[in-house]
Amino acid sequence: MSVPVGNALHQDNYLTHGKGWKSWLFTLDHKRIGVMYLISILASFLLGGVFALLVRMELWTPQRTIMDANTYNQMFTLHGAAMIFLFIIPGIPAALGNFILPLMLGAKDVAFPRLNLLSYYLWVVGAVFALVSIITGAVDTGWTFYTPYSTTTNTSVISITFGVFILGFSSIFTGINFIVSIHKLRPPTMTWFKMPLFLWSLYGTALIQILATPVLGITLLLLLAERALGVGIFDPALGGDPVLFQHFFWFYSHPAVYIMILPAMGIISELVATFSHRHIFGYKFIAMSSIAIAVISFLVWGHHMFVSGQSNLANLIFSILTFLVAIPSAVKVFNWVATMYKGEVELATPMLYALAFLFLFGIGGLTGLFLGALATDVHLTDTYFVVAHFHYTMFGGTAIAFFGGLFYWWPKITGRMYREKWARMAAFLIFIGFNTAFLAQFIMGAQGMPRRYYNYLPEFAPYHKVSTIGAFVLAVGFVLAAATLLHSLYAGELAPANPWGAATLEWHTSSPPPHENFETQPVPGDPYDVDQWVYDAAAGGYVLAPAGASGGRA
Amino acid sequence: MKSWLLGAERGFMLPVQASSVAPAVDALFKFIFWVSAFFFLLIVGLMLFFVVRFRRRPGYQKPTEAPSHNTFLEITWSVIPLVLVMIMGFWGFKVFLDLNTPPANAYEVQVTGQKWKWLFTYPNGHVDETLHVPVDQPVRLVMTSEDVIHSFFVPAFRVKRDVVPGRYTKLWFRATKVGTYPVFCAEYCGTGHSDMLTTVEVHEPGGFERWLEAASNLLNTLPPAEAGRRLYQTRGCAQCHSVDGTGGIGPTLKGLYGHPVVLRGGNRVTADENYIRESILEPMAKVVAGFDPVMPTYKGRLKDQEITALVAFLKTLASEDKGPAEQGRE
Ligand code: HEC
Ligand code: HEM
Ligand SMILES: [Cu+2]
Ligand SMILES: [Cu+2]
Repeated sequence: MSVPVGNALHQDNYLTHGKGWKSWLFTLDHKRIGVMYLISILASFLLGGVFALLVRMELWTPQRTIMDANTYNQMFTLHGAAMIFLFIIPGIPAALGNFILPLMLGAKDVAFPRLNLLSYYLWVVGAVFALVSIITGAVDTGWTFYTPYSTTTNTSVISITFGVFILGFSSIFTGINFIVSIHKLRPPTMTWFKMPLFLWSLYGTALIQILATPVLGITLLLLLAERALGVGIFDPALGGDPVLFQHFFWFYSHPAVYIMILPAMGIISELVATFSHRHIFGYKFIAMSSIAIAVISFLVWGHHMFVSGQSNLANLIFSILTFLVAIPSAVKVFNWVATMYKGEVELATPMLYALAFLFLFGIGGLTGLFLGALATDVHLTDTYFVVAHFHYTMFGGTAIAFFGGLFYWWPKITGRMYREKWARMAAFLIFIGFNTAFLAQFIMGAQGMPRRYYNYLPEFAPYHKVSTIGAFVLAVGFVLAAATLLHSLYAGELAPANPWGAATLEWHTSSPPPHENFETQPVPGDPYDVDQWVYDAAAGGYVLAPAGASGGRA
Repeated sequence: MKSWLLGAERGFMLPVQASSVAPAVDALFKFIFWVSAFFFLLIVGLMLFFVVRFRRRPGYQKPTEAPSHNTFLEITWSVIPLVLVMIMGFWGFKVFLDLNTPPANAYEVQVTGQKWKWLFTYPNGHVDETLHVPVDQPVRLVMTSEDVIHSFFVPAFRVKRDVVPGRYTKLWFRATKVGTYPVFCAEYCGTGHSDMLTTVEVHEPGGFERWLEAASNLLNTLPPAEAGRRLYQTRGCAQCHSVDGTGGIGPTLKGLYGHPVVLRGGNRVTADENYIRESILEPMAKVVAGFDPVMPTYKGRLKDQEITALVAFLKTLASEDKGPAEQGRE
């Protein structure tokens, strides 16, 4: 078997295969669809980030700083909606997953390439509907669209709701595609427990995507029916029940937070193993915990409603189940740390993101315990404590893993290496900026500062100021990260096939891969048997050790 | 360090404890805090230690016998956290039951949330925009909303409860410390959400009764115009009407009394006592030109004597100059 070692940027590869914009817009190649998703999703991240900076600027002073109350309410709604529905939920599966999943399987493409393209265009249509609402009277309901506020405010709720409804279908189609691909396209020698952990996590994610997202669709349809046709479902003025909406909404949106975090955990498993240059610790526990999380996450939605008047028994059950779902997450963290033990830890940029993830997600998960316990949640819910908690999990967890994955697979996607020093500097700024922005929010939340406040009591001003400064440091970090990646596109060194020494199959092909992914069908082995790979100075990367060589050491 | 960080009185993280449940809530908060701090330091500590100890460097060879799993270890570190979080879960539930079960002898106050203010109705019918309660006596709030969902939140008492239209939700507390504490609306409700603030004033023994007596008898203890001014503020008129000539949902009340008013349809009337009285009790009878008929009727909500006081207050505004936003008036 021959495994390519070199760079294919100047030969036939998926980027050169087919020319012109039509060859992109009508492509069925999962890699090109992944790249289109990547660009769109990063654009959404930029948009959401601009809204975030505007929100933080307004909060610099306790009274009006730069905008009026209604504009502020629209800004935080658009920030949340863009980040959640356009960036975090589709981010890892649709962009990175799309590119990597078939490669990791040693397959030519996903099971349904046309469905894949359709899912991308549904994303675009959904995003357009959501953005149109900005022009036609930006929504001010918060990303949660709670009734009866959302059925009575006179902003364009219909357009954005319809947009999110369509985005849901995009997500369902990606989920179906991944499940079928994993079942049908795995090579015969890749048994379930020989699958890379990223695939396990995408599988768990896909299960939630196809089972939970339809509930969101139904909820939003009911909301539309009430708003457009006056059918009383949630609005008590029409004989409806406002709390029913919250049940429906969180029945999707809690599992959705695991749509966000599971694939992130998958990426972290890959990064920690690769850059510890050692077999992942506790493979089976990590794999099964993904599935456990996916299943239990359906049963905890009520923890968002502890103060909305649920029965005591319901509260008890939701609280206990919430704590149960924390266990598999904790197990993964311990396993990642143990993977570094007796390894050979290399602090490359993706590993810095992985370490940042352990630190930040640790805080995010542990502060979830304060919210899972009933008595403390009553005090903390709907305060900045919750805001800080979910930023530590979604940003410190998911977004950080996404960027770690982006820097990890960048050489594979583009065929170029980036400037390691700049990339590390950016990761460092992001880490510092993030903590500055959000650590202070735990304190003011515990002190009682409610969320979604345009004006606030002067005693909270110092915390808000620190948080705003942090947000701008964070922004500088991202600008530097973006500059580093863009710079690499035209000035980066050519990437070898396997720059990091990872053993999963996407590194068994040239960077960037050819149109059909592999010149010769790769033979899957243990995805974490990194010792087969040795560094080869001539190739500039890792190559398979000659058979019989003992381990990967020179 | 412990009390500085988490605060028995007013600490770095938690606000003053001013209710009977606050110490129990804070005790649980502290338990979770220290458990979390322990695990966080353990994880980050080990992580940094491994990074330094096993980092790739010239001359370093990784050991060959690194384990790829260890079932005993993995079960241990699943079970220990499991036990700890179950303790948190049941402890949280136990305190929540106290927090959620009012004693039978609680003093009851009706609470109405509306965009964007709170109204508190005491058993004797007195209505106020701030909450007053006696110290060391259980108080039960029966709450409802007139429009969208709000949430009644007193950080110092560690209590919060959604206030939902079309149903009654309940909340109770026993204040333990005399003082004045902020009350927030914690569920997003639109433009004025962050201004939907009021205070709860905890009175020393006997003080609450004195306050309620005086507040309910404003009309007998204050000059009518002054009582009218208070009513203007506490009964919601200020929501829609200014007294300084600026615009609002309703016309400014400045310079109204004794001046002619143009009504919808073109008729004119002079704003005398009877017109004002009618405007308050039957707002739809004569609607001012240029305004929507959105003023609620105060029939049955204001007593005759209170209306008289409001009229007396409006009279004091009559002499001054007219403001810019006066519409429909000459
Ligand atoms: C929800 C808003 C709202 C509230 C609360 C409200 N009003 Fe009005 N009020 C209006 C509007 C709008 C008008 C003009 C339309 C009309 O005549 O009904 C008006 C008209 C009036 C007028 C006639 C004014 C004129 O220029 O001729 C008087 C007097 C008045 N209100 C007094 C009061 C008093 C006293 C209170 C409190 C007890 C009160 N209003 C509470 C909205 C309100
Ligand atoms: C690991 C253990 C976790 C626990 C125990 C936990 C617990 C909770 C609880 C109880 C709430 C409700 C708080 C409230 O509204 O009062 C909450 C809110 C939230 N959590 Fe977590 N969580 C955990 C992990 C995560 C993860 C991994 C994510 C996402 C990646 C996440 C995202 C969120 C979000 C978005 C909200 C708030 C939603 C909103 O109200 O806008 N959480 N969490
Ligand atoms: Cu949740
Ligand atoms: Cu509110």
